[in-house]
Amino acid sequence: MKIAVCVKQVPDSWAEKKMVNGVLDRVNVDAVLNDLDEYAVEEALRIVEAHGGNQEGGAHSVTLISMGPERATEAIRKALSMGANNAILITDPALAGSDALLTSKVLSKVISDGGFDLVFCGTESTDARMSVIPAMISAQLGWAQLTFAGSVEVDPSSSKVSITRVTDEGVDLMSAQFPAVVGVIEKINEPRYPSFKGIMSAKKKSIEIRDLASVGISAQKPWSQVIDASTRPAREAGIKIIDDGSASEKLVNFLAEKKLI
Amino acid sequence: MSNVFILADFSGDKVSKTTAQLATVAARIGDVTAIILSANGKGDALASSLVGPISNVVIVESNDFAQFGVAACADGLGQLVLERKPVALLVASHAFGKEIAGRVAVICESGIITDAIDVASDLVATQVIFGGSTTVHSKVSQGCAIITLRPNSIEAKLDSATPVIEKTSLTINESAKKANVNSTQPPIKGGRPELTEASVVVSGGRGTNGDFSAVEAFADSLGAAVGASRAATDAGWYPHSHQVGQTGKTVSPQLYVACGISGAIQHRAGMQTSKTIIVINKDPEAPIFELADFGVVGDLFAVLPKATEGIIARKS
Repeated sequence: MKIAVCVKQVPDSWAEKKMVNGVLDRVNVDAVLNDLDEYAVEEALRIVEAHGGNQEGGAHSVTLISMGPERATEAIRKALSMGANNAILITDPALAGSDALLTSKVLSKVISDGGFDLVFCGTESTDARMSVIPAMISAQLGWAQLTFAGSVEVDPSSSKVSITRVTDEGVDLMSAQFPAVVGVIEKINEPRYPSFKGIMSAKKKSIEIRDLASVGISAQKPWSQVIDASTRPAREAGIKIIDDGSASEKLVNFLAEKKLI
Repeated sequence: MSNVFILADFSGDKVSKTTAQLATVAARIGDVTAIILSANGKGDALASSLVGPISNVVIVESNDFAQFGVAACADGLGQLVLERKPVALLVASHAFGKEIAGRVAVICESGIITDAIDVASDLVATQVIFGGSTTVHSKVSQGCAIITLRPNSIEAKLDSATPVIEKTSLTINESAKKANVNSTQPPIKGGRPELTEASVVVSGGRGTNGDFSAVEAFADSLGAAVGASRAATDAGWYPHSHQVGQTGKTVSPQLYVACGISGAIQHRAGMQTSKTIIVINKDPEAPIFELADFGVVGDLFAVLPKATEGIIARKS
């Protein structure tokens, strides 16, 4: 099995994020591997490990695919240290501020050229939080879409992949033949911490850097654009009382004044 | 007048409140056509329960929608968009709606904007991003404007609809039939409203110490949904599906009541845009008080039961 995992470097959840000229400032901010992508890396590794592992020259491999600025190699190294074999980073000034459609086109082209059986993705990135890329990649490639997976089972001998899809709509059992795009939710597993050995060997693993031209896509205008972005005024704190036994009455009065009851 | 599509949002046989909200926003832009993608024989009943400013309804019935899920629904909807060329397509912003919108964007080579809290008549969408810290205005610049609207962001016009109803059939493409839905188990619903659709949400955190009874009773007196902080769901005190925050649900109700929640950025990101926020916390330094329109420094187990009684008394 050849498995690809889409990973993204995002600003640290705790960091203050800023928009500059309609684009997220990815330079002056602490950046990390998107939390939710770790579950995808972990699941891909568990699947190859259950079928003999992903050692060099073996039957199975896990390749990371990422799009972002050059410094995204930092986040990629973390995913490599978890145990992925190698990585491809698509980086090009023309991609700064790309929208979902362009992102899905670029990732899909690289996936389609790589001859993968399965693509794993996290459910969303913690910066844009659109949660559409796995579905869009599946539509671009014409591959099966198995997203919001709370569990995944893969049978390489019959090229079959099954998931439980867990959403507010309920739980669906879904299955498909390879190739397929699998999106995983955070309840699926507990991602491993990179071991010391993993961290050391990740330094020697290959991160292939590609620009748009080498991907084979011409620079394109995005299909959606930010017109303006402004910092929301901080909420003004309102009334604050210390409970002396009358707080519940005051609370109910507040609700009534606001016509909330 | 230009033509705008909305994807009718329903769960089982019940049209959701979000559908009327989609129609209300869409009516600012043009004549509204509601698209119903349903199982065979189910479309008419759904059409008759639509409310809001809807001029036309197009029903497509196919059992492929249930069998092949998101991909088949998006394929059908994409065919209608390509054929009838609406200026915009509005879809409810939840897992299913966003995935359909994403796939239709690919099918129709269109831009997509998700999680809008408002859309103006010139198709400029408003989003609140980065955990509520930043407001963004965006616009789709190429193709049909595909926008997902967050439930409860706007007040729906609930005029009874007398739309022209049309039934059409189409063939779902093989490329959208790659994944099979083998079985479906609907969610177990309690008597409470859906978290993301509720106009009032009452949430509990670490301060509940695992006992949500006071939070639930207070929620029930307000007809509210119950939420929980990540600390509470990680501790196993409340189901993960109720988690409000960055890695859980984003809610934007008329009233949000945070009980025993300190207000880590992770939680604030999921509730910051609520219209009115009430906080009950023993710790006067808890950062959540910065957001509170009405804050009580006190024990939730003392404040909530009495407040619950007070609300019930007022109602009777």
